[in-house]
Amino acid sequence: METENLTVYYGKNAGVRGVSLPVYDRKITALIGPSGCGKTTFLRALNRMHDLNPIVRIEGRVLLDGEDVYAPGVDPVVIRRRVGMVFQRPTPFPTMSIFENVVAGLRLVGIRERDRLREVAERSLKAAALWDEVKDRLNDPAVGLSGGQQQRISIARALAVEPEVLLMDEPTSALDPISTQAIEDLLGELKEQVTIVIVTHNMQQAARVSDRTAFFLDGEMIEFGPTERLFTNPADERTEAYITGRFG
Amino acid sequence: MRSKIYGKPGDRVFTALLVVLGLTVMLVAALMAWELGFGGREAFRAFGFWGFLRGTAWDAVAEQFGAWPFLVGTLITSAVALALAFLPALAAAIAVAEYAPRWLGELVAYLIDLLAALPSVVYGLWGIFVLVPLVRDHVEQPLFLWSAEHAPALMGVLGPPTGIGMLSAVLVLALMIVPYASSLARDAIRLVPRSQREAMYALGATRWEVVRRVVLPYARGGIFAGVILALARAIGETMAVTMLIGNSGQLPYSVFGPAATMASVIANEFAEAEGGLQLSSLLAVGFLLMLLSLAVNLVADFILRRMSVGEGRK
Repeated sequence: METENLTVYYGKNAGVRGVSLPVYDRKITALIGPSGCGKTTFLRALNRMHDLNPIVRIEGRVLLDGEDVYAPGVDPVVIRRRVGMVFQRPTPFPTMSIFENVVAGLRLVGIRERDRLREVAERSLKAAALWDEVKDRLNDPAVGLSGGQQQRISIARALAVEPEVLLMDEPTSALDPISTQAIEDLLGELKEQVTIVIVTHNMQQAARVSDRTAFFLDGEMIEFGPTERLFTNPADERTEAYITGRFG
Repeated sequence: MRSKIYGKPGDRVFTALLVVLGLTVMLVAALMAWELGFGGREAFRAFGFWGFLRGTAWDAVAEQFGAWPFLVGTLITSAVALALAFLPALAAAIAVAEYAPRWLGELVAYLIDLLAALPSVVYGLWGIFVLVPLVRDHVEQPLFLWSAEHAPALMGVLGPPTGIGMLSAVLVLALMIVPYASSLARDAIRLVPRSQREAMYALGATRWEVVRRVVLPYARGGIFAGVILALARAIGETMAVTMLIGNSGQLPYSVFGPAATMASVIANEFAEAEGGLQLSSLLAVGFLLMLLSLAVNLVADFILRRMSVGEGRK
């Protein structure tokens, strides 16, 4: 996946300006930067979540396997099945059980066979490192779980539809340190199967989990490179100022 | 231990005021129930509580009174009106809250709410001058003529094609309760958090799938609350029903025939009630109507507690 000269307008203001970012397959790409720098706006442009907001306008291209996801005739529903998303706050569906939450995406494509659903639920929950904790109570309501468990439900739910790319918008910012650790450990395993783009407020987190890092400031991408290089030897002085904690 | 803040005189006065005012409301409600029950004591004494409730005769000349025809009339008209109104009300709520552009949604919502502000006597007049002739000429008459020729057995069910009767009353009642069901459903749908919708969209759901799998389940408590409000409104509606239902003291023989509801019989006969027993019977019907409303609300509250989702959970 990659973007070419991507610009996102909110009304007349550009929240993201001219970003060209390559997202490497089976790697974790972290987007860092101060609040309001456009990293979340950029992330949501990757699976056309902005389509839900009529005042947003997109220019430039987002290529998925070489095809522009914004090309005329492309169905955003199909794009979102291929590019999943995990949000800042856990979003379990409160009327559904743990099991139904995880297989919600499969129900959408009309899969009904009990065995198949169970198999996918188990695989997804194992991938989200939650299986052992919930395997005996799959039919309990998902809202009864802790915040960290709920976020892993959200991840399992996103994984169940086998997306090619998983977008994560500050997935640990609402969680305690132990849950955060669990999810960070998970990311390392997940990247074997799926390409990950993660927005994070937390520079240590970006440094710990990602392979590449992009630094955003005021809607522009200032610098992009291998995480280790960007954190130890930033090319741009603004990147250096940010990662050394002089602002943000 | 009482914390000191509750000791402030201003707080005490305010608390006392609230308690007194709150108790007044309860007292008034209790007084009304007592007044109706006490007023109806003669009827209950003459026929027995269950005898009065189950009695099917309502005859002022023979001094025989029973509430059963009106109870049945109330339950059938309310239930049928609710059944007719529910889907259109829900559809309107979904259309306004989810599909329509903002300006159109606001306009339609406003117009639907306006339906609730019309006095019910206006509905009654509209029913008499517009709906009744329509029902008579385009529904009952053709059915009547058809059955006269092909199925004489049905004629007893259809009755004379006057247009006045349960059918017209139910149709107007359905129209009257749509805004109640619709506006609560609309509010509940609007309160579904955006994060819930986005989570479903992000799984590759279409707009309708988001409505069906996320929005409606999440809003079900509010939708149900609207249904109950509409039902309570239908049970208690008096004027329009009295004008259209035909006011028959007999058990209704079908939805095409005349009938009466508990509210309509009170409105219709109260002014001309002759003799203590008839008046007392009307008050007793009022008492039963109050019990019915109470029962509906209690059951509704019980179900609502189990259905509510998220912040609204009690």
